[in-house]
Amino acid sequence: MSDVSYREISRNGLWDNNPALVQLLGLCPLLAVTGSVVNALGLGLATMAVLVGSNAVVSLIRNRVTDAVRIPAFVMIIATFTTCTEMLMKAYTYELYQILGIFIPLIVTNCTILGRAEAFASKNALIPSIADGLLMGLGFGAVLLVLGGIREVLGSGTLFANMDLLFGPVAANWSIQVFGSGYSFLVAILPPGAFIITGLLIAVKNALDTRAKQRRDALKARPVKGAKRVRTTGVVH
Amino acid sequence: MALLRTTSPHLHGPQTTQHVMQQLLLATVPGLIALSWHFGWGSLINIVIASCTALACEATIVSLRKRPAWFYLRDCSALVTAVLIGLALPPLAPWWVVVVATTFAIVIAKHLYGGMGYNPFNPAMVGYVVVLVSFPVEMTTWPVAQSMLPDGLSTPGLWESIQVVFQFSGSAVDSYSSAYHSIDAYTAATPLDSFKHNNGLLAEQFYDQDAWFVGGRWAGAGWEWVNLGFLTGGCYLLYQRIFTWHAPVAMLSALSIMAWLNFDGGSSVSNGSASMHLLSGATMLGAFFIVTDPVTSAVSHTGRLIYGALIGVLIFVIRAWGNYPDAVAFAVLLMNFAAPFIDYYTLPRTYGHEKYGLGKKASTSQQSLDKD
Repeated sequence: MSDVSYREISRNGLWDNNPALVQLLGLCPLLAVTGSVVNALGLGLATMAVLVGSNAVVSLIRNRVTDAVRIPAFVMIIATFTTCTEMLMKAYTYELYQILGIFIPLIVTNCTILGRAEAFASKNALIPSIADGLLMGLGFGAVLLVLGGIREVLGSGTLFANMDLLFGPVAANWSIQVFGSGYSFLVAILPPGAFIITGLLIAVKNALDTRAKQRRDALKARPVKGAKRVRTTGVVH
Repeated sequence: MALLRTTSPHLHGPQTTQHVMQQLLLATVPGLIALSWHFGWGSLINIVIASCTALACEATIVSLRKRPAWFYLRDCSALVTAVLIGLALPPLAPWWVVVVATTFAIVIAKHLYGGMGYNPFNPAMVGYVVVLVSFPVEMTTWPVAQSMLPDGLSTPGLWESIQVVFQFSGSAVDSYSSAYHSIDAYTAATPLDSFKHNNGLLAEQFYDQDAWFVGGRWAGAGWEWVNLGFLTGGCYLLYQRIFTWHAPVAMLSALSIMAWLNFDGGSSVSNGSASMHLLSGATMLGAFFIVTDPVTSAVSHTGRLIYGALIGVLIFVIRAWGNYPDAVAFAVLLMNFAAPFIDYYTLPRTYGHEKYGLGKKASTSQQSLDKD
């Protein structure tokens, strides 16, 4: 499997096989922490870092570790990278780390990461595996970000509030007040809102896909010039 | 009901969806009159706003789905959802609360699940719960009953009510609107809510002292009449054979039994008398207009008995030991989840076939399908 196309890897990661919208993996953090953009971005970056690191190492050891013990080995690798990420977040974005709380250690159990280790990194060379980790992470992070944005605007009427938790004092006044100051629509921030909005995002993606497919089919099915007899009997394949 | 799914032999039912829905609308009238009599114009304004929103949403979504809009508007189902929301929301709630609840009910709870007849959850209750969870302050402010107002004050008239609901700004109006919301004389927690926070009084003492219960012995001033109004409407529907008696009777009996068992002789930690639970809050509205929804409830008679009884139990459990003062919406939604499960175990015997019981689930028809 040496001839992987990077085009395909990026297509898969970002759209066709998006971890959040198509594989529906890692939904627990997806639903739990996307109450605001800063939380979503923090978790998205952390997940992406772990995904890239674990994919790289899993790819390196793929011919050394026997099949029987591969899953424990993968989990150990993922746990190592998660712990590193956790410590980095503790050092540089302590407040955000406190907000995200249990969901940072829980990255270990994020099915996306183990899934990519098993499905891609353990069968491919180093560079494609890193690319796959990066793009899957980007795809997951993008969904987190969109979901976080929608929920923050709908739920608390702000966008990019508290971004200084992640980017330092530069970002202190990035916050945009979309609706009036007393605005709040709690359902969007509570878990039901997360489920409903995720469902709507999946619906939008499917609708876009269907429309694109219809357009492709319409192009393909252009009538051939010259008369052709219509077959009226038998099964047409 | 036209949607009742039964096995053959089929009989033709003369009732159309439109007829059923119109009867339902008619049956809400006594309750609406009682609400308006005791709490002012608020409920009527709610209903008007909710109806306009519901019809607009229904028309938009139906035409987005490329279905005939007039056909779906004519069956009045959206209107029933709107009226139920309007009756359930507090009178004089801000207009956007009503709009959000109705939009959510029609767009998300009804049409995203496939529209009329396909929705697993009661749309009106979904809309109600969404605003209850989202806007706790607006949703727990009830106007007090006319009879509880001090001398010289009366429930706001139609024009003042509209001003309060639409939160008009403007010097004179603004002061009236803010005065309305700030004067405690005008608004209060509901009787169920005040009973929950009875400050350690014996039930008997509380009933003697609390303003709600001084004006109305059973279940709080005004509330008992509202509930009796819905009871009247419900009996009319029962008489018209719009639904069977099973679910409402099971629900009301279960609620009474639970309340009676937990009355505790009226001590300071009592959960309230059965008459209070039956005639307060949304009990009767729930029993006859929500629990009987043919789409979201169980199908068979046995199933409806179980479904109704469990709703009654849940209502009491949430009222007595939950965080929210009233529980009809939550109980109904929880049991909506369970309705297919109840149906699975209470499937009536098909004429000419053996009982499709628990152990025999994988019967011949299923097996032959598997083999294919």
